[in-house]
Amino acid sequence: MIDPIFLVEAAVNGILLGGVLALLALGLNLIFGVLDIVWIAYVDLVMLCMYAAYFVVQVYGWPVWVGGVAAVVLGLFLGVAVHVLIISPILSSPPINQLLATGGLLFFLQSFATFLWTTDHRTVRLSLPVIEIGGMFLSFARLIAFAISILAMLGLYLLLKHTYIGTAIRAVAQDRDAMALMGANPRRVYLVTSAVGGAMAGVAGALLIIQYSVHPYFGAAFGPLTFMICVLGGLGNMVGAFVASFVMSEIISIGGVTWSTEMGYVVAFALFIVMMFIRPGGILVRRD
Amino acid sequence: MLDVTGITAGYGQFTALWDVTLRVTAGEAVAVVGPNGAGKTTLMRVISGLIAPRTGTLVFQGNALGGRPPHEIVAHGIAHVPEGRRIFPLLTVAENLKMGAFLPSARSDFTASLDRVHRLFPVLAERHRQRAGSLSGGEQQMLALGRALMSRPKLILLDEPSLGLAPVMVLRLFDLIRQVREEGYTILVVEQNVRQVLKIVDRAYLLEVGRIKMEGRAEALGEQDFVRKAYVGL
Repeated sequence: MIDPIFLVEAAVNGILLGGVLALLALGLNLIFGVLDIVWIAYVDLVMLCMYAAYFVVQVYGWPVWVGGVAAVVLGLFLGVAVHVLIISPILSSPPINQLLATGGLLFFLQSFATFLWTTDHRTVRLSLPVIEIGGMFLSFARLIAFAISILAMLGLYLLLKHTYIGTAIRAVAQDRDAMALMGANPRRVYLVTSAVGGAMAGVAGALLIIQYSVHPYFGAAFGPLTFMICVLGGLGNMVGAFVASFVMSEIISIGGVTWSTEMGYVVAFALFIVMMFIRPGGILVRRD
Repeated sequence: MLDVTGITAGYGQFTALWDVTLRVTAGEAVAVVGPNGAGKTTLMRVISGLIAPRTGTLVFQGNALGGRPPHEIVAHGIAHVPEGRRIFPLLTVAENLKMGAFLPSARSDFTASLDRVHRLFPVLAERHRQRAGSLSGGEQQMLALGRALMSRPKLILLDEPSLGLAPVMVLRLFDLIRQVREEGYTILVVEQNVRQVLKIVDRAYLLEVGRIKMEGRAEALGEQDFVRKAYVGL
């Protein structure tokens, strides 16, 4: 029998992991919801942002927050670049071509990162403490990552809910032509959406590099999980993705303590497959 | 105010409008009537920039706007209330109206515009926080009209405003359009409900199979025998 305190600790760790996963899922979902394109290479952009933070902090010795800012700025820039160079020219192509194009980007980024930086795992070494609360041991890095994830998602919520451009992003997702008739250039709205999605990848990169080491195949670990969360929550459904992130992270975390880390993932993926039969539209089916 | 001259337009191989010429002067209300598939909606879409004309010119207040994209045309003061209303169903009523004022020039007058829209359509104030998709058809049409007014337009294009509305609501809607007109807006309206629309406009054009077949004062056109038989149903 497992000591209950380990389960509680696993549950808390699950919530902390869920925060960063939710950030990844919301970034990917935002772009899908508006442009109807899945950026297969989304987590590989995160990987590049992690390298940016790694170089700024670990190699060049700048303060951690500078590394974070560098990751976000790079993410924003990458979001714009991916949209302008890859997505925009094929916006009216069949979905399969769009999928292949962003899939191609994934292989390009992985290979290019390997070419530049080899497959070495690189870590930002911060002397962040482990905190003990009531017999549980919690990593301070995870707590910070969780708090900043929540703040970033709150920022996204406020942007989408309370600004003209944010509301226009939601409106374009519902009716592109109608929004053009309101005076918004849909191309500009798409660009802003991609920039915001890219910046969120940058935030996620900055938060992941203080918990995990980065390597060219980082996307292979978190990419499938992120897509699974988006599909489980219902593609394009922001609230659904948010909820699904915590469902998945809890299963992985508690499963990991109960059986083994691998078993945690097995259970999570098995649940995903079952859910696809029961609720193919996502756990919270969007009602129009 | 608006001069449409020799417009030919269509979709792919198909030509929906042939050499259409039409003009609207400031302060006027003008209707384009005609049967289904006559090209009425295409004409509206050409004027608001949703499709580019193949030939012909479109001049609004001295600016040549033919082929310009919709977000530029609305900035010149032409608001298009599209067929089927096309409100944003998942946004609230308030958010829909806010999007109507998306243009920087409209944002500064947001409060005044909102007051005016609420005065014209009190139901929109009552349903402020409600999702637009949950409104009734008539309320959605009011929202679409209100949203267009939020951009502070000079000319309003109305495409089939009465489509899909209950008869009682149709009468109410035409009354509201008349009120909007009295506020000083210039209106170009496309309608199948010929009898009703001729009561609220000054002039009308008859469009058939993509060509202007007749034009004239609303009363005179309504008196024409074949118009009466074909469209007015008298």
